[in-house]
Amino acid sequence: MPANPQLNANGELQHLLSIEGLPREILTQILDTAQPFAEVTEREVKKVPLLRGKSVFNLFFEASTRTRTTFEIAAKRLSADVINLNIAVSSQSKGESLLDTVANLSAMQADVFVVRHASSGAPYLIARNVKPHEHVINAGDGRHAHPTQGLLDLYTIRHYKKDFARLTVAIVGDVLHSRVARSLIHGLTTLGAPEVRVIGPQTLIPTGVEALGVRVFQDMRAGLKGCDVVVMLRLQNERMNGPLLPSAQEFFKNYGLTADKLALAKPDAIVMHPGPMNRGVEIDSSVADGPHSVILPQVTFGIAVRMAVMAIVAGN
Amino acid sequence: MPGKLPDAEALLPALAAALQGHITPATAMIGLHTGGAWVAERLHPLLGLKEPLGLMDIAFYRDDYAKQGLKHDPKRTRIPFEVEGRELLLVDDVLYTGRTVRAAMNELFDYGRPKSIALVVLADRGGRQLPIEAAYCGARVEVPAGQRLRLKRAANGRLSLELEDAG
Repeated sequence: MPANPQLNANGELQHLLSIEGLPREILTQILDTAQPFAEVTEREVKKVPLLRGKSVFNLFFEASTRTRTTFEIAAKRLSADVINLNIAVSSQSKGESLLDTVANLSAMQADVFVVRHASSGAPYLIARNVKPHEHVINAGDGRHAHPTQGLLDLYTIRHYKKDFARLTVAIVGDVLHSRVARSLIHGLTTLGAPEVRVIGPQTLIPTGVEALGVRVFQDMRAGLKGCDVVVMLRLQNERMNGPLLPSAQEFFKNYGLTADKLALAKPDAIVMHPGPMNRGVEIDSSVADGPHSVILPQVTFGIAVRMAVMAIVAGN
Repeated sequence: MPGKLPDAEALLPALAAALQGHITPATAMIGLHTGGAWVAERLHPLLGLKEPLGLMDIAFYRDDYAKQGLKHDPKRTRIPFEVEGRELLLVDDVLYTGRTVRAAMNELFDYGRPKSIALVVLADRGGRQLPIEAAYCGARVEVPAGQRLRLKRAANGRLSLELEDAG
């Protein structure tokens, strides 16, 4: 069996590349560690000295202001120095290869690379080529994985529902193109959630997704019945009128989360969304801003979870 | 050969009695996870302090992070009162190198500026590496080389000091 590229020889987290393949103990360690960090962010001084003198390089080969900002805040709250590189508009356009870019940054004494890339697997390639004291965190690679988003979703679910053992979780919308969905499904099954459902039109559900241990519903009303957690996915603008969907209006009618559809879930169900939201496409404003929504707390928890991941990998 | 270890249960009332004369309306207590929190939980009700007990984990302020990484389950720091202007009693179980106390003081100042901090320990085993001393100390204990002095708490809540291999 090949060694897990995310773990070091002691089985500790060296890089965070994907939730898939991480043992339950490590997922739990990250969620447990995020909890005290969440409290740090509520203090007057929202900073701890843990990563003082360490350098975190945000390598965004694909633009994402929100994810980059939350990583930046997380690193700064750990007292690390943060360098943001928007590579989409620098070296790459000059023809430098991915590994040359990383080798150059490594020569500038990096400790942690936070990588967002449009190609699936790019963070793995970097992780295989960095020095032993350098750590890679995947901030989203192609359609493959977005592990910190998956972890913050897991943290949010645990925060409100305490335990995964009895939960029914529905993930709704464009599952096909969603790295968020994939990361979350792996996390939920690893932590023992008994029922994970994916809901969406056939054209946006990957074939064979049942192999991940989920139930597929094309009828949203049937799929929402009895759910404890409803995770809405973002429908990318370019897909709204593409070949896979008739129109955004049609999508909203069938798969947009409205108050009357949400009423089919459990009375204390929570509604999540990784952001940015398309109001009136995948979610109705009355739900997004309603009492079941935990979309803004997700953002806050996301900082604590990213602090935990950076603190754990940088110490291993 | 060192003598018998002192009885932790017997040290608690004596420590409380020593503190008694120094309590003011501004006094508040903080126990350090895990052993210091146990000691503080026992001392706090004996002193009639107005503020609830604070608890602190110094995992994010340790000076050995570069060598050790983050230990597995940092506990939560809970300080249910304003630190600003407070006369703080900082409680730990065993005082050794002084590094834990240094980290705790750094963390405390991220909550506010206390008027004073006094260190309260159940046992002082010597071996300081930093200029830190306890204002209130239950007992001085000699610890043989290669051994560690640990506070244990039994299921019934009884505290006891024990020696174990430093490993």
